[in-house]
Amino acid sequence: MNSQTKVVNVVMAGLGGQGIVKASDILAGAAHIAGYDVKKSEIHGMSQRGGSVSSDVRFGSEVFSPMVPAGEADFLLVCDPTQIDPNRHMLREGGELITPDTIPFLAELDNSEEAQRLRRSVNVALLGALSAHVDIAENAWIEAIHENLPAAVHDLNEEVFRRAQSAERDQIALTAKR
Amino acid sequence: MAVGWRGIGFTHKEIVRRMGTLLLSGNEAVALAARDVRVSLGTGYPGTPSTEVLERFSELGGPAQWAPNEKVALEVGLGAAFGGGRVLVTMKHVGVNVAADPLFTAAYTGVTGALVLLAADDPGLHSSQNEQDSRRYAVAAGIPMLEPSDSQEAYDFFREAIAISERWRTVVMLRMTTRVSHSKSRVTPKADAINPPVPHYERDIKGRVMIPAYARMAHHKLRAKIAEMAAWNETSPLNRRVDRGSDLGIIASSISYIHAREAAPQASFLKLGMTYPLPMETIRAFATSVSRCVVIEEGDPYLADALRAEGIAIESKDEMYRFGELNVHRVRRILEHDVSPEPKPVPGKPPQLCNACPHRAVFTALQRMDCIVSGDIGCYTLGVLPPFEAIDSCVCMGASIGVGLGLRHVLPEEEARRVVSVIGDSTFMHSGVPGIIEMVYNPPATGHVVIIVDNGTTAMTGLQEHPGTGRRLDRSEAHGVDFEALLRAIGVPEVHVIDPSERPSKFVKMLQTALDGNTLTVIIARRPCLLALRRMEKEEQAQPCSIGQTQA
Repeated sequence: MNSQTKVVNVVMAGLGGQGIVKASDILAGAAHIAGYDVKKSEIHGMSQRGGSVSSDVRFGSEVFSPMVPAGEADFLLVCDPTQIDPNRHMLREGGELITPDTIPFLAELDNSEEAQRLRRSVNVALLGALSAHVDIAENAWIEAIHENLPAAVHDLNEEVFRRAQSAERDQIALTAKR
Repeated sequence: MAVGWRGIGFTHKEIVRRMGTLLLSGNEAVALAARDVRVSLGTGYPGTPSTEVLERFSELGGPAQWAPNEKVALEVGLGAAFGGGRVLVTMKHVGVNVAADPLFTAAYTGVTGALVLLAADDPGLHSSQNEQDSRRYAVAAGIPMLEPSDSQEAYDFFREAIAISERWRTVVMLRMTTRVSHSKSRVTPKADAINPPVPHYERDIKGRVMIPAYARMAHHKLRAKIAEMAAWNETSPLNRRVDRGSDLGIIASSISYIHAREAAPQASFLKLGMTYPLPMETIRAFATSVSRCVVIEEGDPYLADALRAEGIAIESKDEMYRFGELNVHRVRRILEHDVSPEPKPVPGKPPQLCNACPHRAVFTALQRMDCIVSGDIGCYTLGVLPPFEAIDSCVCMGASIGVGLGLRHVLPEEEARRVVSVIGDSTFMHSGVPGIIEMVYNPPATGHVVIIVDNGTTAMTGLQEHPGTGRRLDRSEAHGVDFEALLRAIGVPEVHVIDPSERPSKFVKMLQTALDGNTLTVIIARRPCLLALRRMEKEEQAQPCSIGQTQA
């Protein structure tokens, strides 16, 4: 069991097909493996047809509602820049917005084959960045990635996750120094 | 166990390591409970948010099948329960309308085995044509109703629903909502199995043949049963109290309870699990034990009306909260009777037809030809949005044909000739066939044109099979209904098959000829859904190694 008792609220958003639901499954799975009470909520159905998709994940010692109340998200993870504005109201004051643009190695990707490969895992990269902020053990993350993704892409997603995590840690350290 | 947990995100090893705690959606939890009590048949018709229950039940090795519609599903379920089986029938809220005919009389006949009807409501209309509240059905039909609030309760209450069904030989409604069905939370499955009875036939002519003389007696029996269940519910473990202070007491069920616990941590609660028949004395005692008692419920004021009719003093939500889902903020507002305007949600990107969707060619033509389009329920309803805006009405499953015929009957000829009914293949199997029979029986003077947009799947709800696809729920091979032969057998004089994406101009010509003439015409616009094709390719590739992965 972890020491983190305050409920952590995460909202993930993007467009249908960007792996929002999959990423939130990984996050909820990791929190569950780490021993937290966890709840997750999203809307299926019409949203699968290329429309806006968002998913709420909450974890802590005891979670009630599966939906993050507006203005109470500690973290807002957005895969697609067009989806930042429609979801910004979910973030609390001082909450952290994580997008591909805030992750240096993703923001700097060119059009090479390697870059295309990495870009497919943007959803997992956002989780890597998030992992630098929350108290969930490394092995829980990796296990959740393994459980939710096909074996053929485990290595790729672990790599993306770790790169995003270390980049975010560097940024946190830098901010702290300032 | 025939199938591992990989399909829903967990390996068998994981379950064991976590000492039985799983992270499941409400639908997955019901499926697991159905597997654990060895349900002998699961049937239903796909409909968001209920669809995954039978799919997961099937993945877990349970006998699950899709029926052509909810009425047939409930009838098959009823027969199986007459035979002593344990049965689960699933549908979305509007599906209960379709199944209402057998439901109301099944309340009279009861069952020999067990029959649980899972009805999944969609407050807020995330993926539905209305916001109806299924709780009214339990009351109207006279069947007990259980309302889980999270996945653990979805698991526990399904098992309890089976027990209640067997004890009182009644149909039981398990009422879910979108948030209960689709939210994930922790579930600890029970180790003990409730052993199922052995199916057998018990002859009970007076109890099962609902001619008026026997049905009169059955109605009296039903009311006596409900009174017994109401008395039992006074002390049932399905309802519980959370005692805090006596300043504020909240009565709630389903997801509303969960939101309210967060919104009012200091309040005392009476959490109702079985909401029909209601435990009125338990409720009265709770209401008098607090200085202020508020009912928190989503949708219609069902609980509030029922309690007021019993003379129990409660406060209820203001009318504006009848609409849409509740959440923590809205519960806080209800408690404060705050009726100031709520912040408008920021619009996101609406869903749309996929880029290479075969329906696009059909709606492009309908728009250009300025047709009056009587539409139906499915992905193709998205033809109403820009750039097409080519649907003029959409009411319920199968309505496209009848509504189109009605328009043709009364409109002046030049307008009547522009009317086209558009229906999908799964919807056609669901309730389109009687509409076609009506068309040949009472043809409008100008004839009529029906387009079946046949993409070979129930796409909107997530690519389910149906009687026309030639595959069952578990994708095993089945007889596929031959649409052309069926339409000709009914007596439709002109039946055409075309792929409008490949031959757009021929499609337009075909449609124009049909609109100009007075001959009843059905055009089957046939081209498989891209998403379904992609999935089939994936499944074929996965085949060779799937055995090792799924056998646990």
